[in-house]
Amino acid sequence: MFLAIDTSAGTSVAIVDVQGVVRAECDSADTRKHAEVIGDFIYGCLTDAGITVTDLTGVVAGMGPGPFTGLRVGIVAARTFAFGAGLPIYPVVTHDAIAFGEIEPVLIATDARRAEFYWSTYSGMDDVGLPLRAAGPALTTAAELAAHVPNFEHYVLRETPTVRAAKLAALAQLMKTHNRDFAGEEALYLRSPDISVSAGPKRVTA
Amino acid sequence: MGIETSCDETGIGIVRGNHLLANVISSSMDEHARYGGVVPEVAARAHLEAMQPALEQALAEAGVAIGDIDAIAVTSGPGLAGALMVGVAAAKALAVATDKPLYAVNHLVGHVGADVLRDDGTEIELPTIALLVSGGHTSLLHVRNLVSDVELLGETIDDAAGEAFDKVARLLGLPYPGGPQIDRVATGGDPRAIRFPRGLSRAKDMEHHRYDFSFSGLKTAVARWVEREQDAGADFSIADVAASFREAVVDVLLTKAVAACVDRGVPRLLLGGGVVANARVRELAQQRCDEAGIQLRIPPLSLCTDNGAMIAALGAQLVMAGKPPSTLDFSADSTLPVTQIQA
Ligand SMILES: [Zn+2]
Repeated sequence: MFLAIDTSAGTSVAIVDVQGVVRAECDSADTRKHAEVIGDFIYGCLTDAGITVTDLTGVVAGMGPGPFTGLRVGIVAARTFAFGAGLPIYPVVTHDAIAFGEIEPVLIATDARRAEFYWSTYSGMDDVGLPLRAAGPALTTAAELAAHVPNFEHYVLRETPTVRAAKLAALAQLMKTHNRDFAGEEALYLRSPDISVSAGPKRVTA
Repeated sequence: MGIETSCDETGIGIVRGNHLLANVISSSMDEHARYGGVVPEVAARAHLEAMQPALEQALAEAGVAIGDIDAIAVTSGPGLAGALMVGVAAAKALAVATDKPLYAVNHLVGHVGADVLRDDGTEIELPTIALLVSGGHTSLLHVRNLVSDVELLGETIDDAAGEAFDKVARLLGLPYPGGPQIDRVATGGDPRAIRFPRGLSRAKDMEHHRYDFSFSGLKTAVARWVEREQDAGADFSIADVAASFREAVVDVLLTKAVAACVDRGVPRLLLGGGVVANARVRELAQQRCDEAGIQLRIPPLSLCTDNGAMIAALGAQLVMAGKPPSTLDFSADSTLPVTQIQA
């Protein structure tokens, strides 16, 4: 049984068994309360599923892309939960989970704030049902999405405001079953910190 | 176990009662150097990467397993919001995974709590006045009880003292962090060469800001002085500027701290925060305290800068006082008031 955590949009925590059946799910669309709700969500999922930590076999972390302040809350929670429980951690690209189950070619676009989108394209699924990512994840302005995405017309646009951790867990279960490589350990911020190196101290006298 | 991420240090500490077992600090200071100050987003990203290695290292240093930990404490504020969130989320997940009670604690009170971890066997004596000075805060507290009664006497109304050191260092062409650089350059300088202003020290200001601090005017005064000399083509002594600036900061910090001790009839002063690393702060504190008959306490430097051990120490105090753990729904509160010792 996998516990999955994703905070790339709101906060989503879920427990899914090895058959892909959702045993518990806690979701909030609030994009400002990740750190506040994360503990209750994890605890709530364990209670709702009627299991203890020892019943879990892995922890799935949604690596984004997502706005940085919230994204890392879920990643650090997944890492420390796995560490504390002595479980393996499975990083998953969040867009892959959103596209999981889509048969037709889709363009996944999620809110990056500042009138920008995180996007990825998928050409469909492979023979075991895993999503085939064609391009992305990447970042672009909402206005330039069509120009920026290769073969834009080819894809059905799925603009997704929320993410379900249950899909991350189900995807991770299937990837594990088929011995697929998981995502890297890097949080997919896709954006540099907002900083500028100043030219030096400014004069205070005219 | 204590988890601290309020600024640019990822701190994991482990204590047994008042005994320090591990104090692991992973700092992102070097990454901030080229920007001349802490960049919150850079600090928060570094916390995410440092968290698990620091946890592992602290357990190894203490020679204990995660299952041996009795309770977890975490800084819930005050501090940088994005940085605090990393520690808060990590602590909550760890507490649920290991089924341990979790205590959300106040960073500033944590600095005071560091003083229980002395290996010289002397116990912290209360009440005490505490002066906490770093790049993130400058606060004067009246601590009657570590777990139940802390009063904020005053704080900075603009820059933290550590920030003033960073900004003046930049002005003098010295690298970040400014504190050690100013300290180094000031050696051999004359602290009385230039009379820089002491913020909020005039009679009028003292009515409403008796224990408050202000360093932004001082920074501007130093800039004006330097520019005037440069414009005049004068060959001024950087050592004198650094020493005189440092004296202005340290003088106002200790004048107000000693005044608080005298006003409140509390003959004890405790120092905390990274600026305590400044040699002149410690020297003048000793001198002023001796003159006023005040007992001065300065925890070891590794416990003065931000660290997880002080958070663990405060958490242990809460446990020993029989306080119930925090509920899991507390938030990262960047402006958590000092009166709120546990969130
Ligand atoms: Zn501090």
